[in-house]
Amino acid sequence: MEALQAVFVLPFLDMAGEPLFFLEVIIGGLLTGVNYSLVALGFVLIFKASGVFNFSQGIMVLFAALTLVGLMERGVPVWLALVLTVLAMIALAFIVERFMLRFLVNQDEIILFMATIGLAFLLEGVGEIAWGADVKELDIGIPDKSFEVGGILLNEFDLFAAATGTVLVVGLAVFFHKTPIGRALRAVADDHQAALSVGIPLKTIWVVVWSVAGIVALAAGISWGAKSGVQFSLSLIALKALPVLLIGGFTSVPGAIIGGLIIGVGEKIAEIYWGPLVGGAIENWFAYMLALAFLLFRPQGLFGERIIERV
Amino acid sequence: MAIKRTFLTLLSAAVLAGSFAVGSTTKAGAEEAHFIPLLVYRSGPYAPNGIPIANGFIDYFTLLNERDGGIDGVKVTWEECETKYNTKVGVECYEKLKNKGTAGAALINPYSTGITYQLIPRAPVDKIPILSMGYGQTAAADGRIFKWVFNAPTTYWSQASAFIKYVGQQEGGMGKLKGKKIALVYHNSAYGKEPIPTLEALSKKFGYDLKLLAVDHPGQEQKATWLQIRRYKPDWTFMWGWGVMNQVALKEAAAINYPMDKFIGVWWSGTESDVVPAGDDAVGYKAGTFHAPGANTQLHKDVYKYVYGRGKGAGEKSRVGEVLWNRGMLNALVSAEAIRTAMGKFGKKAMSGEQVRWGMENLNLSKSRLKEVGLAGFTPPIKVTCADHEGNGPVIIQQWTGKEWKFVSDWISPMREVVRPMIEAAAAKFGKENNMTPRANCM
Repeated sequence: MEALQAVFVLPFLDMAGEPLFFLEVIIGGLLTGVNYSLVALGFVLIFKASGVFNFSQGIMVLFAALTLVGLMERGVPVWLALVLTVLAMIALAFIVERFMLRFLVNQDEIILFMATIGLAFLLEGVGEIAWGADVKELDIGIPDKSFEVGGILLNEFDLFAAATGTVLVVGLAVFFHKTPIGRALRAVADDHQAALSVGIPLKTIWVVVWSVAGIVALAAGISWGAKSGVQFSLSLIALKALPVLLIGGFTSVPGAIIGGLIIGVGEKIAEIYWGPLVGGAIENWFAYMLALAFLLFRPQGLFGERIIERV
Repeated sequence: MAIKRTFLTLLSAAVLAGSFAVGSTTKAGAEEAHFIPLLVYRSGPYAPNGIPIANGFIDYFTLLNERDGGIDGVKVTWEECETKYNTKVGVECYEKLKNKGTAGAALINPYSTGITYQLIPRAPVDKIPILSMGYGQTAAADGRIFKWVFNAPTTYWSQASAFIKYVGQQEGGMGKLKGKKIALVYHNSAYGKEPIPTLEALSKKFGYDLKLLAVDHPGQEQKATWLQIRRYKPDWTFMWGWGVMNQVALKEAAAINYPMDKFIGVWWSGTESDVVPAGDDAVGYKAGTFHAPGANTQLHKDVYKYVYGRGKGAGEKSRVGEVLWNRGMLNALVSAEAIRTAMGKFGKKAMSGEQVRWGMENLNLSKSRLKEVGLAGFTPPIKVTCADHEGNGPVIIQQWTGKEWKFVSDWISPMREVVRPMIEAAAAKFGKENNMTPRANCM
């Protein structure tokens, strides 16, 4: 009876007993969720363009942040370092298309997936050789003071990161849903050869998408790297994007946003109100459990495309 | 097709060149020499910590060879094996290296609590002693059960008790701890959970409230943890973190305006890698340690002269004296002194693991010996006995000024009256579970 009460009653009484704190938990979850969305978005973009799960997305986040901070450490001004890093990510997209994707047109998805695993190791090695393995401070001048509003503590950097993430995500959602490139992208994802046969420039689409995914990776790298320092564990943040993708769907930009917010808020509430019952540290596996629960009812995710195949 | 063939040829050449490069970095030779396997992690998520530790080890062994011609005339050789801080890979590395050298491995420094736990049952079989300095299984301090494992100069449990002593001093006496709130933010692993039994036992003794907050690997996201800290409002917060968890914790603590001078990390959470990325937010943060920071001793001067001056440094000269370089160096020094002690009994030749185990158990790094090796004032004397493989070494608190670590306390002796009975009880339990009887004549 006590156990049931601890699970089904006390956490809710706790929430009701301190509503301001509960609100702070939700806001904290939403702000974190936007950052998860940013990472998930990179996966979605490439999945939409090639129908493949890009294993190297986490490393791309790290690679972008390493390039940025590496340039800054060598005395390059922040704005110029940002521009150069964007150019580096675009160059990477060209290289990936020229030396990897071009040879894999119309191959099985598993082949493309394996290629992205290889790319992940390559980028990790190149990043380490070029910029070293030390933890690097990333400060691009965004203020990070905390302040209280009505008893709720907010942080300037978290708000800035969330705002940037939101603008980026909304902008991309519009771009890919309202422009010819967006339509071409969906066609490419459905069938490479069919897309080519109707004149869609497959190579250009891939370069565009990988470039945008690279820029999104840079935004995610700045957002996460400012807090943890830029180091190789930054690539592990990709693990946080997986449940977001499972919930939001692998092909939906809005799904990445909603999925991120659900995971962000859900894991914070679970950790704070139910975590102590089992010794804490449940947010990582809770996110996956939540995603699995969604899978039971919507295997394609909330906004993913339902795949119906004739057998 | 021609391009593809050229590419493949170049790739094969690169792989071959890489293999030779790896081979050329090893120092294990065929001449009579002590052999020390080095389990390192120079790549992967924990590389920022692994690199300075490995460099500290190698620079000290290089110094011995360059300045003294080895240990009492017998050269030191070593071979690195990359573990990526992965337990499984670490065990493979151990198996690969344990029989190398003219007398086999002299001892093993696993440099990972996970790997240490895996090697503990193998040590008596392979007859290779384990030195897990400041990490590993705390109960191994009881040498009556753990004949082959050494964790001198001090352990996590001793450190936890020293932290409580320090807090008591800061609060105006141990009696003032009653009713205080202390939070422990810990890595959710065997390592992170190590201080919990001690802190719980001391909570009952002194009457403070203890809140335990686990952070899952790797610790990149900790908002929920620090929201709980904000609500709990602890008077003091301890951290048992590792890798990225430390940097994020410092930023999150600053984000909730937690007073940094009330935030104390374990000695694995008190390095330059932890504080520099956090910038000004880390100023005032404290951490425990068992040796001095900086490069201010005679030994450091010798390293500059005989190692870096001859172009044989393992890393960058500017990083000599960083906390983890110093720890690797001290670990290498204790290893070398155990070998030297063993040579005093067994003669001037390459030492086997069994002989070095004897050397470890009779190690006496006195104040005068520390001065002789160039480390006067760097660390307190270390004395190991048959029964006490820890030595009950004291702990000191250091604080980050924004530019360097500085001592802000005296050396604090652990609460031996609390910690030692717990160690003996844990060791006895381990012995019972593994059908081991305590060694006789080992007091």
